[in-house]
Amino acid sequence: MAVLTEEQTMLRDMAREWADNESPVTAFRKMRDAAPAAFYDAAAWQAQGEMGWAGILVPEARGGAGMGYLSLGLVLEQLGRTLAATPLAATAAATSALILGGSEAQQAEWLPRIAAGDVVAALATDEGPRFAPDKIATIVEGGKLSGTKEFVAEGDSAHLFVVAATDGLYLVSGDEGVTRSPRKLTDSRSHAQIRFDGAPAEKLEGGTDLLTQVTDRAAAALCAEMLGMAEAAFAQTNDYLKTRVQFGQVLASFQALQHRMAKMFTELELMRSVVEGALEAIDSGRANVSQEVSLAKAVSGETLHLVSREMVQLHGGIGMTDEHDAGFTLKRARVLEAMWGNAAWHRERFAQLNGY
Amino acid sequence: MATAPEIDAPTDPLEGFRAHAREWLGAHFPPSLKGKDNAMSAVEGPHENSSEEDAWQAAMGEKGWGVPTWPKEYGGGGLSRAEARVLQEEMARIGAWNPIGGMGVMMFGPTLLEYGSEEQKREHIPAIAKGTVRWCQGYSEPGAGSDLASLQCFAEDRGDHYVVNGQKTWTSGGQWADKCFMLVRTDKTKKHEGITFVLCDMDTPGVEVKPIRLISGSSPFCETFFTDVKVPKANRVGQEGEGWTIGKRLLQHERSSLSGGGSTAGRMFSGAPLGQLAKKYVGVDEQGRIADADLRGRIVRHDMDMRAFMLTLRRASLEAKSNQGPSAATSIMKNVGARIMQERSELLIEIRGLAGLGWEGEGFEADALKDVRSWLFGKAVSIYGGSSEIQNNVIAKRILGMLDHQ
Repeated sequence: MAVLTEEQTMLRDMAREWADNESPVTAFRKMRDAAPAAFYDAAAWQAQGEMGWAGILVPEARGGAGMGYLSLGLVLEQLGRTLAATPLAATAAATSALILGGSEAQQAEWLPRIAAGDVVAALATDEGPRFAPDKIATIVEGGKLSGTKEFVAEGDSAHLFVVAATDGLYLVSGDEGVTRSPRKLTDSRSHAQIRFDGAPAEKLEGGTDLLTQVTDRAAAALCAEMLGMAEAAFAQTNDYLKTRVQFGQVLASFQALQHRMAKMFTELELMRSVVEGALEAIDSGRANVSQEVSLAKAVSGETLHLVSREMVQLHGGIGMTDEHDAGFTLKRARVLEAMWGNAAWHRERFAQLNGY
Repeated sequence: MATAPEIDAPTDPLEGFRAHAREWLGAHFPPSLKGKDNAMSAVEGPHENSSEEDAWQAAMGEKGWGVPTWPKEYGGGGLSRAEARVLQEEMARIGAWNPIGGMGVMMFGPTLLEYGSEEQKREHIPAIAKGTVRWCQGYSEPGAGSDLASLQCFAEDRGDHYVVNGQKTWTSGGQWADKCFMLVRTDKTKKHEGITFVLCDMDTPGVEVKPIRLISGSSPFCETFFTDVKVPKANRVGQEGEGWTIGKRLLQHERSSLSGGGSTAGRMFSGAPLGQLAKKYVGVDEQGRIADADLRGRIVRHDMDMRAFMLTLRRASLEAKSNQGPSAATSIMKNVGARIMQERSELLIEIRGLAGLGWEGEGFEADALKDVRSWLFGKAVSIYGGSSEIQNNVIAKRILGMLDHQ
């Protein structure tokens, strides 16, 4: 566990308590079954806004808490534990873009509303099903943006889009020239195709480098959610092995299973270190953020994959049923692994950054 | 000195049968059904057959070739194993497939032929051979999965019949089955020796079926509840308390069909080659290779694993045919097959990125949606029919002679 300030410890404990009590996995199940058009839990999002979580990254001068990425990660980790379905991670990614590249006027317009939880924002970069920041064809001419973005998280409901075009990032607000088509993925969360057809757009400062900075922050935030998911899946599996009896013994007494749990526990410890390392690298403005993020996303992808697969296998038949929660983790894990670069993509970037 | 006809006689003793099979198949298999085999049909619900499908099933049922090696007197084909292989080859040659299958063919029939009474065989085998009666398996219970012998579903002796109370789970195709072969407890004081094998009509009052929704969506699996269900003693197979022996024999048939002869394995790995799909979704580098070197390496490793598996299947089958007895390699088949199938599913999803994780609705290719459901459903392969952990225990204890352990 990273060394936390008193403020961060309070934030983490509060988030954990809120997730356990107010947004347990049953709330996610309810949202999935109700399938609202926005594909998130509106009441939970409102509560998060009231608690100030949407403003964790927003500077105090703009109505936020200015606490940084490790703090955001602490909250996302707790939400990952119970699969809380809200647009917090997507909004945070877009917030990063505004903080890093927004003009005085743009920040003044958007950040206070984001901090208050009144705005759902989304980062729209990819134009295909795989993360490919070098393949962007969206263009802006005379302040009008045109292009098609695929699988935009929270795209179904976003009020503000941060859109990658050939020459940098742009803000698109409102629905003029914007067409949304829902894409139902296996995790039952919001991922929409967004077509921009001459949508009024305002440029952010920072050119194409800004895209790398922002997607790195988006990936680091997802890693925190993945850490929470892996942690919860592991704990639930461990509990199950201690109660399920076969051949007159609890499964937890079989050495073959004990060793598998021990291996997973080991991997989880490594995962926690790299995820916290990436978040801290961002907060302290280190030069090697991309490298730390690639390390974190590659390890997180592999570890969550291992833990979610083992969760199903070790639960046996019950883990295969929709009635059980194991499937939720398995499905969401795969989606998060694919977002903002999967393990293979990040291993390759890590190799390039290190001159291999 | 040999006479002329003897010298000209075919050297292959099966040539006559091959000619007969070829002629018969040519006359009865409708070419329009070529390649329309459905691997899932055995556990899927009844659907409207075309008149051609009906005719094909009727012809094969009449001929007994759906169950080619079963005795003719009960409606089987009465063929030798060698003849059955020739039939298989001739069917494959013209894209024909066996319209008769399911649990009755794979598991129950062979077991009943071995352990059933004459009356039971005459009653049940011909209908299985014709594919007119669907069977389901009442084995697993919520508290009896890997440890099947701890089952609790109880059959109380009432003279000429039993009264069954309890619950079964993972009843494949239970909602469409006509009959159920099941293991029940007739003695609570003994574990293995207290189990009896009985047959139950699914429309008996007190039998209730509830389909189980899986992580992949709706499924052929059910929970089956028995409340004061009357089962005539005439429906008992073997003696009371003999059920574990009979039931285990049936599981051997199940395992050999799950671990797959070549045809199951062939189906498992059907679909677009991973390499082609990766080139489409990931692109190629300047030398025409899959652009993502890491993914390329993993696809190659998978491909090599799969080839090693197929060669092992072939070796085991050749060793078995040459009467060297079952190869030790057959014990690893289920685990290797499950692992490779699951890895393939994972790769299929990874290659397509988020387009490979669609659940339903617009924006996805039909193949991709199918592969997502197979990926999720495929997680069961290492759990059912003896989980990978159980198979490893069997290998360690029975083959490697290692000690019983915790």
